[in-house]
Amino acid sequence: MSKIEEGCRYAESHEWVRVDEDVAVIGISDYAQHALGNIVYVDLPEVGDELEAGDEFGAVESVKAASDLYSPVSGTVVAVNEELEDRPEAINEDAFGTWLIKVAMTDSSEVDKLLDAEAYAKICEE
Amino acid sequence: MENQMKTTCLHDKHVALGALMSPFGGFDMPIQYKGITEEHNAVRKHVGVFDVSHMGEVRVKGPDAYKYVSHIFVNDVTGAPDGQIFYGMMCYENGGVVDDLLVYKVNDNEYFLVINASNIDKDVAWIMKNAEGFDVEITDESPIYGEVAVQGPEAEETVEKVLGIPVKDIAFYNFKTFPIDGEEVIVSRTGYTGEDGFEIYGSHDYIRRVWDKLMEAGVQPCGLGCRDTLRFEVGLPLYGDELADDITPIEASLSMFVKLDKPEFIGKEALAAQKAEGVKRRIVGIELEGNAIPRHGYAVEVNGEKVGEITTGYRSISTGKSVAMAMIDKPYDKLGTEVEVRIRKKTFPAKVVKKRFYDKNYKK
Repeated sequence: MSKIEEGCRYAESHEWVRVDEDVAVIGISDYAQHALGNIVYVDLPEVGDELEAGDEFGAVESVKAASDLYSPVSGTVVAVNEELEDRPEAINEDAFGTWLIKVAMTDSSEVDKLLDAEAYAKICEE
Repeated sequence: MENQMKTTCLHDKHVALGALMSPFGGFDMPIQYKGITEEHNAVRKHVGVFDVSHMGEVRVKGPDAYKYVSHIFVNDVTGAPDGQIFYGMMCYENGGVVDDLLVYKVNDNEYFLVINASNIDKDVAWIMKNAEGFDVEITDESPIYGEVAVQGPEAEETVEKVLGIPVKDIAFYNFKTFPIDGEEVIVSRTGYTGEDGFEIYGSHDYIRRVWDKLMEAGVQPCGLGCRDTLRFEVGLPLYGDELADDITPIEASLSMFVKLDKPEFIGKEALAAQKAEGVKRRIVGIELEGNAIPRHGYAVEVNGEKVGEITTGYRSISTGKSVAMAMIDKPYDKLGTEVEVRIRKKTFPAKVVKKRFYDKNYKK
């Protein structure tokens, strides 16, 4: 069984969002890292990139395949986790403790449209 | 399209082992058990076993068997001793590849062809159609054979000790038939990993017993995931990636298997002309700077213009480098040519290299 963190909101494409005032901290769920297997590369945007909710912002790659990442919210990328360049496996080790990007949101109400832990758990069971 | 997914004789065992299953060539196949990296390394360093029962087998028998095989196969089996195996392709008249295959010479009047799972129906139709006028009997034996591949530096010891089959004296690309439990089991020193190893063909029941013995002995089961990373690292082609009906063996940089000095074979005129004129594009190796991973279908560019496409790409498990095979237009196919690979929104600098990213370790 994969873990689901109560305090996060989720996109159906398996990204989690943790809100810190107007900044969305974004990662991928434990379910997603498990489905991907060993992550060997993470492709992230640049600080300053503008994202609309639903935009592709990068990819996480296992040996076998690349899996696109989609931004759950709109805004400006204010930080990317540079540690992942050398240690992409950190996501496998702790998916909820390893963020990918931070986005300064233009519309924080978008977060309310995302799934809560309970709804997301249902998606993972399907 | 397949309405119903086919399964191999080992399907229930893969499921019981908890393998990640996925469709391949019309079959529900194991992609990985423990993980691609662990399975890949088991084969490079020790030994692993693959279920390759999805592969197709076709027997050609009769007084014209030699003449017929020579007609449909681009390689030359002339003068080969019984028990020898040839790699090569069947081509269309225009030089495009029907399939790549192994031809096992049983004797002058009998050959055993091993073809790709995804191409069984197409190949059998092609083989039948072109047999007209030849005194041969053709049988699709794919449904009756199971097959496992035992691969890695410890493969010989494993097959001898765990399965009790004396394979030491089988030379590379040769096979022997062993009477075991009332049937004829075929064992060849072949594989698709760049390591020493054996491929074992027998009834479904026999192959199930072989699998159980290997599992009991602790041999790592390996899925199609690492089968692809292993073959890729040593530059072996996969039909659908480096070979296709619109790619010739010359373009695939596999001319060494095309024997244009043979009197006749299907596709000879087209391939001879292509060889004489020179190809417009061919398969080469590509090495990327940095960590981004090139994948099948990504564009290869020079000065912003597309000059080719990635056919297979990985972060090489054995070397850690981001490498690929790609079909590249001339003149950008020359070793050392600087190109760029488009990966999502960015391009990454890369250069053309030899399409062998890891040295083969065959026992010849």
